Amino acid sequence: MQKTIEAPVAAVAPVTQPPAPRPPLETPQLAVEALDFSFWYGQTRALDGISLRIPERKVTALIGPSGCGKSTFLRSINRMNDLIPGVRHDGDIRLRGDSVYAAGQDVVHLRKRVGMVFQKSNPFPKSIYDNVAYGARVNGIARGRRELDETVERSLRQAALWDEVKDRLDRSALGLSGGQQQRLCIARALAVQPQVLLMDEPASALDPIATQKIEELIYELKDEYTIVIVTHNMQQAARVSDLTAFFYMGDLVEVGRTDAMFTNPREERTEAYITGRFG
Amino acid sequence: MSAPTLQPAGGPGMDAVRSAAPALGWRDRRRRTTSFVMLALTGVAAVLTVIPLLLILFHLLRAGLSSISANFFTHVPVPVGEAGGGIGNSLLGTVMLVVLAGTMGLPIAIGAGMYLAEAQGSRVANTVRFVTDVMNGIPSIVIGIFVWAWVVVTMGHFSAFAGGVALAIMLIPMVTRTTEEMVRLVPRELKEGGLALGFTRWRTALGIVLPAARSGILTGVLIALARIAGETAPLLFTAFGNPFWEWRLGQPVDALPVRIFYYAISPYEEWHRLAWAGSLLLIALVLAVSLAARFLIRSPYRGR
Amino acid sequence: MQTLSFRSRGNLSDRTYAGALAAFGLFIPVLFAFILVRVGAAAWPAVRHFGGGFVTSTDWDPVNGHFGALPFIFGTLASSLLALAIAVPLAVGLAIFLTELAPRWLAAPIGFGTELLAAIPSVVYGLWGIFVLVPWLRDHVQQPLADGVGTRIGLFSGPAYGVSIMAGGVILAIMIVPFISAVSREVLAAVPVAQREAALALGATRWEMTWQVVLPYALPGIIGATILGLGRALGETMAITMVIGNRPDIPTSLFAPGYTMASVLANEFSEASADLHLAALMEIGLLLFGITILVNSFARFLVWRVARRAGR
Repeated sequence: MQKTIEAPVAAVAPVTQPPAPRPPLETPQLAVEALDFSFWYGQTRALDGISLRIPERKVTALIGPSGCGKSTFLRSINRMNDLIPGVRHDGDIRLRGDSVYAAGQDVVHLRKRVGMVFQKSNPFPKSIYDNVAYGARVNGIARGRRELDETVERSLRQAALWDEVKDRLDRSALGLSGGQQQRLCIARALAVQPQVLLMDEPASALDPIATQKIEELIYELKDEYTIVIVTHNMQQAARVSDLTAFFYMGDLVEVGRTDAMFTNPREERTEAYITGRFG
Repeated sequence: MSAPTLQPAGGPGMDAVRSAAPALGWRDRRRRTTSFVMLALTGVAAVLTVIPLLLILFHLLRAGLSSISANFFTHVPVPVGEAGGGIGNSLLGTVMLVVLAGTMGLPIAIGAGMYLAEAQGSRVANTVRFVTDVMNGIPSIVIGIFVWAWVVVTMGHFSAFAGGVALAIMLIPMVTRTTEEMVRLVPRELKEGGLALGFTRWRTALGIVLPAARSGILTGVLIALARIAGETAPLLFTAFGNPFWEWRLGQPVDALPVRIFYYAISPYEEWHRLAWAGSLLLIALVLAVSLAARFLIRSPYRGR
Repeated sequence: MQTLSFRSRGNLSDRTYAGALAAFGLFIPVLFAFILVRVGAAAWPAVRHFGGGFVTSTDWDPVNGHFGALPFIFGTLASSLLALAIAVPLAVGLAIFLTELAPRWLAAPIGFGTELLAAIPSVVYGLWGIFVLVPWLRDHVQQPLADGVGTRIGLFSGPAYGVSIMAGGVILAIMIVPFISAVSREVLAAVPVAQREAALALGATRWEMTWQVVLPYALPGIIGATILGLGRALGETMAITMVIGNRPDIPTSLFAPGYTMASVLANEFSEASADLHLAALMEIGLLLFGITILVNSFARFLVWRVARRAGR
């Protein structure tokens, strides 16, 4: 069974005006679109015919019990699953119309367009500055001291970390707290100027206060970026996302506007999960 | 939660990126090429390191195979010019020396290994472990001259016994460390189970822990014995070498590696051939022992 | 009572057991100290006689009683450093290939081959060195280089003997590559997957990930492995004795013969009759002992530091 849903473009009207004028979008674009996508680890099927449309500049949450395939789906978007031997897929995933699995697609280039933040923060054992600058340097996005400085500052501000670290940019990133390290990883991902930001349970290893900071950050970032977040915490999904997709055992059971889904889910399984009868 | 107030210069918004995103710039292409080339070079490194092995095996087989015969194993060296010489006495000597070294060194080594595994964190144990590691790195020839000064001078002459002592000194640090590591691998629950049943510490150690680590320890022992069987330097001034059959421990005795060395540096073609043959035999022995050791380590813990 | 006698019985045998184990354990440092003392005592006459000049003089003349060890110290260091220069890039390259690139069916035999290389006895390397490597080096490397650039680059000048510092360095390199590569493999494999994923997710190529993230992370361990390899090379005797040429002079070119501390011991020890000759050789042994202790201790310290950091 397949479930698709049109992105509700006009439904969510901005409460405040955007801070500065920007050329209007011509047509509502889809950031990511999955077309009957299936995925296998060897003989085990992890995803079954997923068709999902993820709209731009919204937060889409992927929820579901452990092992339901949500992380697998997330990692398929930037083809991080390619690192695992013996995997195969069927169907397609498109990033703004371009197939991610196309024959001529350069994976490195793809990962520049799609940023990722992992469950457990993984800063490099380098300085804070070098961590944030790494992606920008390697991809040639910023060259020369001045550009790099600007990029680092901008990314750290976007990640709401600048004020806390601006005086110790050359100290090791490993000296930061867990929550700060995670925000550093977000800054690092943003420095590459991705079109889409994937977050795999970014706050699951953090304490409640740090979690709240991350959630506030996500809320602020969604004006600029498309965010897809995997979370096992339903309350978090309800707080943070515009759209929610419920996965169960490799199937996409239901997708919809978050407020609608949590108050009035259409599917029985969704309701069972949301009300905590399993999971 | 407030709306974002910061508008970054040149904003990273999608619009800006969309208009700037090229297909694959020349810079990206160069990065891709660099990646491919460098990774290919590591493959070249791999090939280069395997080549010497293949070459050595090839030459051993080519130069040595022809000299291997029944005579080879049963005869002693004959003067140059005569036919039919062999390395029988060298083989015997090597066996004698390895048995001697094992008898002297293994009990100490296994005991020391168990000591290190049991006394893990103590300062003394850490010192012992450190010294053991350093001893693993002593040049074998230094051990040779030490044993010369200690045993050969005292006895007044070279002997198999002295050679055994020298090899034992090399054996001990090796087996100590491998034993320690194997005993450490035994799950703690096994040991605690024994103690909980009322066994004394030594009963638990000898009756439960040691048998559990048995195959791992044996593997380490075999590998170490194979290594000392191939050692030459410590024997040069202890066992010294002997072109005749010799069973007595108090007399100089021959050993396969020593014989190979003497033959290799000699000016005689015939002896060179024998050196190749002897080397082939030595490698075959070492290989056999390594394979046996590997095979041993497959079997334990399967039924757990 | 049952339990009391059981406990007291356990106590005595346990203490005996612990004592016996400790005795076995302490045997090793005691033996080590004894070796140090014995060799030092045997070297003492030479130390007293020559003093510091022993390590600065190049005059090694047993017949006339002059003993200067500098050529041997130089030969040992030069051949070992040359070996490192050749071996480290190869070994690290091999390690990267095996951990990052090679599929399982390829990595297993290559890994096994490397283990085999490590198990080959030194004298067999020496034999192969004399009859295969040295002639090949002489004809295909040294002679062409000597004819080509030899007149301009001193390092490649002089007659192409074959037996030379270069041969010594090459054969030592072949011998220590398996060791350095094995330790490097372990260290590289221990780099957390999360670090690799972080780099790749940012759009790094595989080489950039390896060179800029994985290697720096593993660097202390690789350095430790290198220094351990150096320790091995310094103490190597048989193979290098057979290919280095054994001439007690400081070589002026890579093609010239040299002499190492271990080699002079191997060659001259059994024939040394004069007391001073013997003592001088013992002093060389003591120096070799000392150098390898220093190098190995330093390497162990580095490895210990890596282990401590990984436990964080």
